[in-house]
Amino acid sequence: MNVRITLATARRVLTQLGHDHRTVAMLLVVPCLLITLMWWVYDGGPVWGQIGPALLVVFPFIMMFLVTSIATLRERTSGTLERLLSMPTRKLDFLLGYALAFGVVAILQAVLASVLAITLLDLEVAGPVALLLTVAVLDALLGVALGLFVSAFAKTEFQVVQFMPALVIPQILLCGLLLPRADLPTVLEVISDVLPLSYAVDAMNEVQRVSEPSVLGDGTVVLAFTFSLLALGATTLRRRTG
Amino acid sequence: MMNYVGDTTAALASQQQEHAIQIRDLRVVRGERTVLDGLDLTVGRGSITGLLGPSGSGKSTLMRAIIGVQKIVSGKVTVLGAPAGSVQLRDRVAYVTQAPSVYQDLTVRQNLAYFADVLGAPRSDVDRAIDQVDLASYADKLAANLSGGQFSRVSLAVALLGHPELLVLDEPTVGLDPVLRKELWDLFGRIASDGATLLVSSHVMDEAQRCDDLILLREGGMVLAHDTLSNLLERTGAADAEHAFLQLVSEEEIHA
Repeated sequence: MNVRITLATARRVLTQLGHDHRTVAMLLVVPCLLITLMWWVYDGGPVWGQIGPALLVVFPFIMMFLVTSIATLRERTSGTLERLLSMPTRKLDFLLGYALAFGVVAILQAVLASVLAITLLDLEVAGPVALLLTVAVLDALLGVALGLFVSAFAKTEFQVVQFMPALVIPQILLCGLLLPRADLPTVLEVISDVLPLSYAVDAMNEVQRVSEPSVLGDGTVVLAFTFSLLALGATTLRRRTG
Repeated sequence: MMNYVGDTTAALASQQQEHAIQIRDLRVVRGERTVLDGLDLTVGRGSITGLLGPSGSGKSTLMRAIIGVQKIVSGKVTVLGAPAGSVQLRDRVAYVTQAPSVYQDLTVRQNLAYFADVLGAPRSDVDRAIDQVDLASYADKLAANLSGGQFSRVSLAVALLGHPELLVLDEPTVGLDPVLRKELWDLFGRIASDGATLLVSSHVMDEAQRCDDLILLREGGMVLAHDTLSNLLERTGAADAEHAFLQLVSEEEIHA
């Protein structure tokens, strides 16, 4: 790994975002608006209290997935990835550069959405707010890793958005947002046990409900998925192609 | 005895050092099509070699093999004494693809600053490279807002960062006006006289006279000729590179 190249890549990705105000808005403002919309739908009642934490996970996860998958697909199709890999860039420099840049975005996103939910939208959080933010960032990075990974299996932007209904929406339906995972039919509960987003939501629920939450287990699972997806993503970055 | 072996290895190494590119029996298959079939080629250092041939003759594939980004079936590609694409070549070989590969959503200067960081080249190279491709007045414009010719020059400027010993340029002057084309060829000449090697593909045959050596490829990745322009003209009795090429193709067909 080359620190100079990793940092240069992270800075470059953030500079690109800086030129694209609409995408910045989608990453930072849209999750807040959607969370507010859900608060309004449930009129801030008890259901809001139950699904609020899951929403803090789900919306940022979707945005991060979308932006990362399309950004890395563009690197693949525009020839810039091939150019970088013909230079001293290692695969890991490239992946970590992206993870770092979107990690910064994830922190901003998590702070905005969490502060909004806790203050204006009266979401009660029993655990420490710092832990809530940490979990939110980890969960957003999961979206980044999944986006990086799936971009290898699409040839066009049209194909990459098809992974939304195929890979993302099922996770949202089974992650405990609609119904607590324990109340799902057994088969679906088992399926939800192997989906990464379930653990992301479990960790967030724990922080909200328990004053001394233990998120080590769920957090480790989320991190393990993130690193595995990044490692798998690295194997799909090929210097030599046909 | 040990000494003898050592000397031979050293002699062999220095012999390989003399060549910028050495290719033996290169075979590349893309999909169902054999693009290069047993190609041999040697390019000396410090020269400009023009790679000419119709589209589909394997020019880009050959260049990709030299950079080491092309999957090959068999053969050996040695660049500056090392296997093509090996780690030690990554900042010594520069490559410009036919389709510009820079970031549309960065300015010209931001693009070059990023690639300079990746290469470990000094930041002073950024303005130098922008000047060399005549984009100084567009340095702070987004690449997406440039014309096609300007955009491809941003991609070319990236190859001028640092001190590459070999520049592999795939149709760098396509879509450029005659004045700019002449300026770029003057630049290529200066880079070569500083000791670097250039391999430049083109299908504009009149650019052939700016090259020290020409490689004429025909469909199927066959080397029709590898010689100086004057030798080719003498051999074929043709007036220019284009007619020499046509002459060689028809000779080839008669022999076949």
